Amino acid sequence: MSALLKIDGLSKSFGGFAALTDVSLEVAQGERFGLIGPNGSGKTTLINCVSGLLRNDAGSIVFNGEEVSRLPAYRRTRRGIARSFQVPRPFHTMTVLENLLVPSAYVVHLKDAEGEARARELLKSIGLADKANAYASQLSQVELRKLELARAMAAQPRLLISDEAMAGLAGNEVDEVLAILFKLNESGITIIMIEHIMQAVMRFSQRVICLDAGRIICEGVPTEIVKNPDVQKAYLGA
Amino acid sequence: MRFWFGAAIVLAVLVAVTASVQYEYFFFAGYTVLMFIVLSTAWNILGGYAGYVNFGTPAFFGLGAYSAAVLYKATAAPLVVQIALAAVMAGALGFGAGMLTLRLRGIFFAIATIAVTVIMETVFINWRYAGGATGLQLLRPAPIAPFDSYIKMLFVVMGLTAIVAVAIARYIERSWLGRGLRAIRDSEEAAEASGVPTLRLKLIACTISGALMGAAGAPMPMYLSFIEPASTFNLNYAIGALASPMIGGTAHWLGPVIGAAILSTLQQLITVTISNEINVLLVGVLLVVFVVAAPDGLVGLYRKIFGKR
Repeated sequence: MSALLKIDGLSKSFGGFAALTDVSLEVAQGERFGLIGPNGSGKTTLINCVSGLLRNDAGSIVFNGEEVSRLPAYRRTRRGIARSFQVPRPFHTMTVLENLLVPSAYVVHLKDAEGEARARELLKSIGLADKANAYASQLSQVELRKLELARAMAAQPRLLISDEAMAGLAGNEVDEVLAILFKLNESGITIIMIEHIMQAVMRFSQRVICLDAGRIICEGVPTEIVKNPDVQKAYLGA
Repeated sequence: MRFWFGAAIVLAVLVAVTASVQYEYFFFAGYTVLMFIVLSTAWNILGGYAGYVNFGTPAFFGLGAYSAAVLYKATAAPLVVQIALAAVMAGALGFGAGMLTLRLRGIFFAIATIAVTVIMETVFINWRYAGGATGLQLLRPAPIAPFDSYIKMLFVVMGLTAIVAVAIARYIERSWLGRGLRAIRDSEEAAEASGVPTLRLKLIACTISGALMGAAGAPMPMYLSFIEPASTFNLNYAIGALASPMIGGTAHWLGPVIGAAILSTLQQLITVTISNEINVLLVGVLLVVFVVAAPDGLVGLYRKIFGKR
């Protein structure tokens, strides 16, 4: 397996606060990769740097063999990095279908008729088909999370970063979203999952990295991670 | 097709009115209403579609007016050329000011646009050739046939400008550009993440919006036979251009047209019958009423009542 995403020596500070310090990691093509860590450990900052919402201060981000860390966010999306947002940010004056037409027009450059056909297919596979003409303001929490994933997928990415797509969902809803992510991964999409729900991350990920205070404290397969004393310390306190 | 048919009828009516009505004040007031339709439509491209509230209308409007006046003083160029130059100059200002200010969000952008207005006014106060603070007197040339007065001609020219402005706004609204601008208004981060080049789109919107405001200002020196900085860069233009889309509705191209038609006509009536101060008060009261009672404007209200979105 070759690396699709290679992050090397990444650092990011906000004023005097170091949110990320010397973070290096690799994600292989087709991998299911989990990113965990306590609140404020830098998970979202890390993926904001990868997706381009933030500029990293130091280090490199190589995606598909190309240095992307100085590209604006929209160009990274066009290269194949898509993300969902932790707090859903739907285009609330548009219908669910129209939400998906934004990336299909701006990333994949599809004509409306073709984009609409693709979008409907995507909504069907994600279980939102009956909400296609509903406005985002009329959706439930789980539907909003699905919309986030569907809109990210409409950009036809190679890498999907799912930022806490399951936070605040009920047990069966978590299973539902998890099933969607498994299905996407089977279709060849590399997935980075950021999650607080341990059980979900552990079930989903082939490999997990744990961040604490902006540093990687350990890396390994899920079963090793949960036993790691540093991880237990970070989560439960000393 | 229906749109162009309607536009042709509107234009035909405007021309027919100039031939049949002799009462000059009608055209004087009508011109102002049409001008506010252009300003509001232009404002809505950036303020309504993209959600970037612009208080800089007087800067673009005034630059357009002064471009026309200075060009006329220097070369006596015809009105069409004056309008074209005004649009180019104000479009360039839109692009330049956009580069500097469109990285700001929300209230910070709004404040920066007020600064642009103050800067423009200061420039023209200090430019002797353009008349400085005392202003510039201009002699109107003879009207072109079939018009028997210059005001009537300006009335039709402004009508034509309004049709062009509305056509451009309508095109933007329905194109990929409009979808991108709506995405920016709803969530700028999500728009970027969905592949929308947000800064570029905002710059395009700001340039087009500015150019149309400049075009709306170009005939002003001829309309008054006079130009001076304080009234040309008056903040009331900003408020009128902003209030009309709020009243009519920002999501649809018809919103600013309806809003400006109603608001401007009311203002003209009140200015004549009561006083100029009360008409400013009216704008404030209407704005508050609509923001509270009908945040999507009259178009939104219509859709809500008739169940169409």
